[in-house]
Amino acid sequence: MISACRLFFFGLTPLLLLAACGPSDTRVEEGNRTGILHVGNGAEPSNLDPQTITGLPEAKIVSTLFDGLVELHPETNEPVPAAAASWEISEDGLVYRFTLQPEGRWSNGDPVTAQDFVTSYRRKLSPRLGSRYAYMLYPLEGAEAFHRGETDDFTTVGVTALADDQLELRLHTPAAFLLDLLTHSSWFPVHADTLEAFGDLDEPNTRWTRAGNLVGNGPFRLVSWRPERFVQVEKNEHHWRSGEISLQGIYFYPISDPTTEEREFRTGRLHITNTIPPDRVAVYRDRNDPEFHSQPSFSTYYYRFNTTRPPLDNPKVRRALKLAIDREAITKEVVRGGQQPAYSYVPQGDFTDYRPGPFFQYDPDEARRLLAEAGFPEGEGFPTKEILYNTMETHRLVAEAIQDMWSEELGISVNLTNQEWQVYLETQNRLQYDISRSGWIGDYLDPNTFLDLMLTDGGNNRTGWANEEYDELITQANREMNTARRNELFAEAEALLLQEAPVAPIYFDRTNYLMSVSVQDYYTTPTGYRPYWRVNLVSE
Amino acid sequence: MEAIPTLLAVITITFFLLRLAPGGPFADERDLSPQAQAAMEAHYGLDQPLVMQYFRYLGNLARGDLGPSFRYPTRTVNEIIVDHFPVSLELGAWGLLVALSLGLGAGLLAAAYRQRPQDHTIMTLAMVGICLPTFVLGPFLVYIFSLQLGWFNVGGWSHWSDRILPGFVLGSFFAAYVARLTRNGVGESVLMDYYRTALAKGLSKRQALWKHALKPGILPTIAFLGPAAAGLLTGSFVVESVFNIPGLGQQFINAAFGRDFTVVTGLVILYAVLILFFNLTVDFLQALLDPKLRES
Repeated sequence: MISACRLFFFGLTPLLLLAACGPSDTRVEEGNRTGILHVGNGAEPSNLDPQTITGLPEAKIVSTLFDGLVELHPETNEPVPAAAASWEISEDGLVYRFTLQPEGRWSNGDPVTAQDFVTSYRRKLSPRLGSRYAYMLYPLEGAEAFHRGETDDFTTVGVTALADDQLELRLHTPAAFLLDLLTHSSWFPVHADTLEAFGDLDEPNTRWTRAGNLVGNGPFRLVSWRPERFVQVEKNEHHWRSGEISLQGIYFYPISDPTTEEREFRTGRLHITNTIPPDRVAVYRDRNDPEFHSQPSFSTYYYRFNTTRPPLDNPKVRRALKLAIDREAITKEVVRGGQQPAYSYVPQGDFTDYRPGPFFQYDPDEARRLLAEAGFPEGEGFPTKEILYNTMETHRLVAEAIQDMWSEELGISVNLTNQEWQVYLETQNRLQYDISRSGWIGDYLDPNTFLDLMLTDGGNNRTGWANEEYDELITQANREMNTARRNELFAEAEALLLQEAPVAPIYFDRTNYLMSVSVQDYYTTPTGYRPYWRVNLVSE
Repeated sequence: MEAIPTLLAVITITFFLLRLAPGGPFADERDLSPQAQAAMEAHYGLDQPLVMQYFRYLGNLARGDLGPSFRYPTRTVNEIIVDHFPVSLELGAWGLLVALSLGLGAGLLAAAYRQRPQDHTIMTLAMVGICLPTFVLGPFLVYIFSLQLGWFNVGGWSHWSDRILPGFVLGSFFAAYVARLTRNGVGESVLMDYYRTALAKGLSKRQALWKHALKPGILPTIAFLGPAAAGLLTGSFVVESVFNIPGLGQQFINAAFGRDFTVVTGLVILYAVLILFFNLTVDFLQALLDPKLRES
């Protein structure tokens, strides 16, 4: 046994020795003193090019490195100056004229000019760049034709530098949401000289976004990008607002596992987490943890129906399925993260002044009646259908709940299938599913970012549903300058959408995160934008 | 030299198998316009016939170029390996150290006390070690040593002490295997005539064990350690994600799910080369230790 003891001793001694020399001050405490913020950022950013990124982990970092013309005020959600100091909109809503910040500078000291924006938008729309979000610029006159390669004459596109500090945008039809749209990273400018040092202007994925190369016009500048470790930014002294910024720098950590992230937070290694493990949200909420934060996000969790497959091609069947889902039970008993039951497709809340109210209610009786009308009384003869979801615990729980509800209320049986993300996307795109879990986060704060998904042949429709009346209503709404009238048209379209029910909204999601009490003036807008330049750190 | 056809087969199978899998590297919840899709495919040469792509890949490979990553479009596969392989290599080396020291020690001890209480205790512990998944052991140790005692960081790879918990977790699973293999291997040679002869000619138990039982008894362990070392050194997805370590294991799994063709193929090649290398080493070591093999 002596040997066994020795073995145990040798194994444990190094561990015990370490007890004496563990790290003393936490990262957060040190950051509070030095003005450095430590943020959990979800996945590793794939790129930092504002014109080609698509995901939130990228957007959060990019919005510290670049400024759009306007940004949203975090409390009112109203557009406020960013790279543009002021703007005027013509009577007919077609022409926007921006005056740029007189002290606007790139992080290398160059002035930000109107021509920078023109060059950037030409790059964004160039087919060669292959930008997924090119359509964000489609409200501009001629933008779509240019991106489709129908012309290579960029003067046909509605963007002109009138002077060094005067930028004009011309639209083909009025777009009431244009200022909201401008807060999206697609509209951020890039520094052409820097890009051209690493390849052609519209060459995709060159090395210009590396640390040391990247030049931006945002409140922070890129210092270091160590893949899977961190992205480090520091205050950009050339920024016109640098005097107002108290934060000296930010570290963004890619931590994709929420449990790992929570542990990092608990041990003082992060000021702010990206998220909270779903099963922990209720725990934090119930004990009113001062570090727990929860905000509505401009997003909908919903089910798609494949309208090309019988009997889901029958609107009555789809409506019956929609009405038989008890959303209160799902939000209260299943997901339990403070989500709101969804009785409309566009998220309801203080996001916009479009608040048409609930379009339907939980009504299992009506659901049974509709199903009987469609030829399946008590679910008799209803073929077994499949709910598809991408592999994730929450999705499985929701699907199981809905499976139960449909079986109990309607007497129909469905199976559950899960697929990994890439396969799931392809199955959806090819309409090879019956019913599919889906989610959407609005790109900008306007009902259009949800409602235009369901346009006939829209790339994100993925239900096979086509309705001319709906298309017409959306087009009309987007031409309408009067907000009240525009909202009426949207409401009419949404009512039609939910009557036809190619989609069944389930709930509106929330952004949950943990944040140290030393962080002040931190905001996250409903579309996920975070104005870090406003943040102040206090030492306790 | 036999390694080259093996490697070529691995590359070929990986290359075509990946492209047979549903879903492509550009699939996204946000729809890609046909223009953008075409531009991306042209940029990566995916618009060419598959066979052309294959030969182009081999051509680049011959020059040591594993191509660009699809998911991290500004990085090349070579850069990803240079960035993350050293981390996995170091973590794996610590794991291997733990596996060998704990495993061999415990295995020898158990063999020496064969069928006695010490043996049973160690073998039970080893069984627990094999059955206890790393995603349980990892968070458990983090809970005790980081959250409760505050001795270590909960994750990361910056401080030197960040190596200890993950190294132990990674190694302990293999240590348990090594312990069992060693105990059985050495335990068998203890029953052999030559061992009894050694004892009879007056050697102490310890001397006999070291001189006569260890060499033949350790052969199965060495055979196991070849592929195990390759596995340890190329990273463990679970340990890396529990401890938030920027190693290759996470890259491999995420690339496979993200259909990052070039990264997956590149890492498969790296893994294959390592396995071939370690198998060769194992063959060499076995020949060194086993006179029967040496003669043939």
